[in-house]
Amino acid sequence: MKSYQAFDHTADLGLAITGASEEELFANAACAVFDIITDLDRVEAREMRRIAVEGDGREDLLINFLREVLYLYNGEHWLLKEIRIVRISEKGLEAEARGEPLDGQKHEICKEIKAVTYHQARVCQTPAGWTARVIFDV
Amino acid sequence: MSEIKLRRVDEYRWEVPREGAMRVPGVIYSSSRLMKAMGQDESPKQVANVAQLPGIVKCSLAMPDMHWGYGFPIGGVAAFEMDGGIVSPGGVGYDINCGCRLMVTNLRHEEIRPHLPKVVNTLFQHVPSGVGSRGSLKLSRSEEKRVLVEGARWAVKNGYGSQDDLDSMEDGGCLQGADPEEVSERALERGKDQVGTLGSGNHFLEVEVVEKIFDHDVASVLGIEEGQVAVMIHSGSRGLGHQVCDDYLAKLVKHVDRLGLKLPDRQLACAYIQSPEGRQYIAAMACAANYAWANRQMLMHWTGEALEQALGLSPRALGMRLVYDVCHNIAKIEEHIVDGKKMSLCVHRKGATRAFPPGHAALPVKYRKTGQPVLIPGDMGTGSYVLVGTQKAMEETFGSTCHGAGRVMSRAAAMKASRGRSISREMEDRGVLVMAAAKGTLAEEMPEAYKDIDEVINVVHGAGLSRKVAKLRAIGCIKG
Repeated sequence: MKSYQAFDHTADLGLAITGASEEELFANAACAVFDIITDLDRVEAREMRRIAVEGDGREDLLINFLREVLYLYNGEHWLLKEIRIVRISEKGLEAEARGEPLDGQKHEICKEIKAVTYHQARVCQTPAGWTARVIFDV
Repeated sequence: MSEIKLRRVDEYRWEVPREGAMRVPGVIYSSSRLMKAMGQDESPKQVANVAQLPGIVKCSLAMPDMHWGYGFPIGGVAAFEMDGGIVSPGGVGYDINCGCRLMVTNLRHEEIRPHLPKVVNTLFQHVPSGVGSRGSLKLSRSEEKRVLVEGARWAVKNGYGSQDDLDSMEDGGCLQGADPEEVSERALERGKDQVGTLGSGNHFLEVEVVEKIFDHDVASVLGIEEGQVAVMIHSGSRGLGHQVCDDYLAKLVKHVDRLGLKLPDRQLACAYIQSPEGRQYIAAMACAANYAWANRQMLMHWTGEALEQALGLSPRALGMRLVYDVCHNIAKIEEHIVDGKKMSLCVHRKGATRAFPPGHAALPVKYRKTGQPVLIPGDMGTGSYVLVGTQKAMEETFGSTCHGAGRVMSRAAAMKASRGRSISREMEDRGVLVMAAAKGTLAEEMPEAYKDIDEVINVVHGAGLSRKVAKLRAIGCIKG
């Protein structure tokens, strides 16, 4: 089963993400972003990038984290294949992303995601695990 | 619709009555048909949310192309007092100074028709478009900072256009008060190679034909006549603008918490206009606005080159000239009369176009009598409208009108509805040749995903917010 689903929002892109643990939820959210940007089958985990972000509560942390993840592509033209959350608390997280620089010959860019928004952002722990909802500007 | 109760005021206006934490009422310009089509859209709630922001004056407004955004609705207009009022990055949007420009040519429809495939193809090759598109120009940091301060003037100084072009743009293509020191390194990095690129999503370059003139006197001053070939460009400040918005949003979310300001949506994060944080955002926003003007100026230049090349014409024979350039995602300090009193206000237009009336001092001399040209693009391949601003817009909407057709269908729903269809073939059947960098864009942007542009225009015309001058029909379209 896919660890995320798109939901309807008139002008933008809403994602509902799930994970068995908080770490998995955050990792799945990062992978969802890149699954939308590109065909992940063509991306190789050749390089590692460290991500460290702070947040004021879980929603804020998730948004700040996705900001950094999105900047990998938007700012550095780098594609993420997989990510491991090394440490997470309500105040911050550290992660190791693996992927490679964008190569126009090898990779296809399917969609541009401009930014992650705070609008109706949610992170919840449920009996079945963790869920989150985020709206992106596309 | 959301839980908001709307009260119909007249044929074109619905009131969102003042309730709870709202400081002023909301007013939505629309028609019965457009209101019905809104369905589950949460935009009326967003109109009410904006009405809660400190220093808002008169009412929180929405234009007939309104749809659900984040924070502010798309199609939202709100004005704030300079003292005690706020400025909000979310009230401008990620694509700062996203806007439109219209150029007309000496060509007639019948002259270009046989060469259309070549024209569209050449434009597609010559004008950088598509996801993350990068231009042929790479700016050093110091040069990039000059773009941020000078806007379209920088482009003209470097050989991309003329003084006449600058006279035909909102604010002369340069917003004052831009300070590149308030723009992050990340934003500069993203902006270094995107000036002169169209981008993706709903941005486009369209070859159009003037189909109908509604006001011959005004059209003649604007240099528009029936059967004439024109080009409409819709683009903005690209990654640089997105990054400026994102940086300040992150900063102001924290700032709002420190101030103890209670907001109904964190995406409405803001700062008092006169605070250091507010001033910094305004200075950075002006940089992004100027980047967008330089961008559209260069896109126009390359459009001219492509048309000349494809048709074997000299610049003089092509005779391409800029009618006007408007921004529809912006916050500006303007003078307005509120309850008989002249006030300086920070007017946010998020998916709304300035529509200043005849005689306004901000208009170039050549358009002083007609009122400000207002350029409204329709959905892909439909065409566009040219209108002019009115005194009534000045009185009711802080000199503002709509900005486009406005989405009704989510992008996901459009993808679903387009399955098994060839949107480009359907467009061709309608007489529009379309080329897109990404296949998905065409499906997401298909005409039925948007409101009926004619209906939107009839509302702003009927309500007196702007007057119809001409309608243009698309014949060729380049999408990112």
